[in-house]
Amino acid sequence: MAVDLPVVSAAYEARRAHREGSKLPEVWALLDRVCDPEIPVLSLWDLGVLNDIEHKDGQLVVTITPTYSGCPAMQTMREDIEAALRQSSIESFVVRETLSPAWSSDWISPEGRGKLTAYGIAAPKSCDSCQGAALDDGVLCPHCGSSDTRLTSEFGSTACKALFQCQACQEPFDYFKPI
Amino acid sequence: MNDKILQYTIRLGDDSIILGQRLSEWCSNAPFLEEDLALMNVALDYVGRARMYYGYAAELAADGRSEDDFAYMRDQREFSNLLINELPKGDFAYSMLRQLFVDVFNILFLPRLAESSDDRLAAIAAKAIKETRYHLRRSHEWTLRLGRGTDESRQRAQHAIDDLWGYTHEMFDLDALESELAASGIGVDNASLRAEWENQVGAILDEAELKIPEQQWAVKGGREGYHTESLGHLLNEMQSVHRACPGLEW
Repeated sequence: MAVDLPVVSAAYEARRAHREGSKLPEVWALLDRVCDPEIPVLSLWDLGVLNDIEHKDGQLVVTITPTYSGCPAMQTMREDIEAALRQSSIESFVVRETLSPAWSSDWISPEGRGKLTAYGIAAPKSCDSCQGAALDDGVLCPHCGSSDTRLTSEFGSTACKALFQCQACQEPFDYFKPI
Repeated sequence: MNDKILQYTIRLGDDSIILGQRLSEWCSNAPFLEEDLALMNVALDYVGRARMYYGYAAELAADGRSEDDFAYMRDQREFSNLLINELPKGDFAYSMLRQLFVDVFNILFLPRLAESSDDRLAAIAAKAIKETRYHLRRSHEWTLRLGRGTDESRQRAQHAIDDLWGYTHEMFDLDALESELAASGIGVDNASLRAEWENQVGAILDEAELKIPEQQWAVKGGREGYHTESLGHLLNEMQSVHRACPGLEW
């Protein structure tokens, strides 16, 4: 069985270093409990959506980056963050969306990649050179690990995924697209 | 200048929402399930893009209007989208060939807009370009399959090209506002994209054994609010719920 080795991208390293330099580790830990509504094993941190937490002018500022332009889950993510903060009696806060720099699948944490695969979704390839590259090159089946897989559709059940089928175990699966 | 950036941003938002709405008419009507999902994914990207542009427009306008007001509370003379986006969905070949023309345009336009001196427009473009790469890969592949498929699919694809071609010229036509914004590094000089667009589209059509029509007619007017009869019907459907129940939330 082929193993999808954890990939630590430079982009993720930068995110992790930023988080470790934060003065609010307890809020980061609190928001680690907020997960993607569509892929509930993945926290917003793992997904790369949660990118900054700071105190500014007496209130907490949480910065999130949308994955896809029209992703309907963004509103739910925002509400879930707000609910988690209120539950911890944090009342003075703002959740702010930023477009720049644009979200990349390279921001997904190594843990998140492992969780995706365990959940049955193939983790994305590195996006350093993914511009315009063919999607169906050596994607590993999350069920049996075979590289004998076939693209069925570039677009899947949500904006972030493509549809694949494994030729070895015959199982269909989602592939998280590299962007 | 602020007002000019506002107008420009609304135009880009209008292009996005009208094409997104048009594509969404395929929902549950596509030839097969995967294609239904793909078309809705692309439609969603465009609606999302419209929200980013309209959201920025609402901030620039600073007159109490929200993104919803731009989408739902304007009439067709106030919409400034390019005509190619509002044309009916037609058959599947028609929709895919339109996507091809628009995708190649966006592949050239968005990287330039990403260099805009307006940070917000640059950020929206940098986000959208990633999605457009996927869109183009698919419309390119479909063009090949249609062009080199059966006689029927080739005829339909060629018919779509013949019908759409006259609407592609408007994409490269600059009015005074766009020329001024391009000169000041905020907007894009669309005219300068034309040669490369023709190059890339020509190569794909060649590969698909389809032809660029010889006819030399061109229609324009969208940026000034002069539209085809198709836009009113589209807006009527898109805006009906919002206008029937203003301010409704769910």
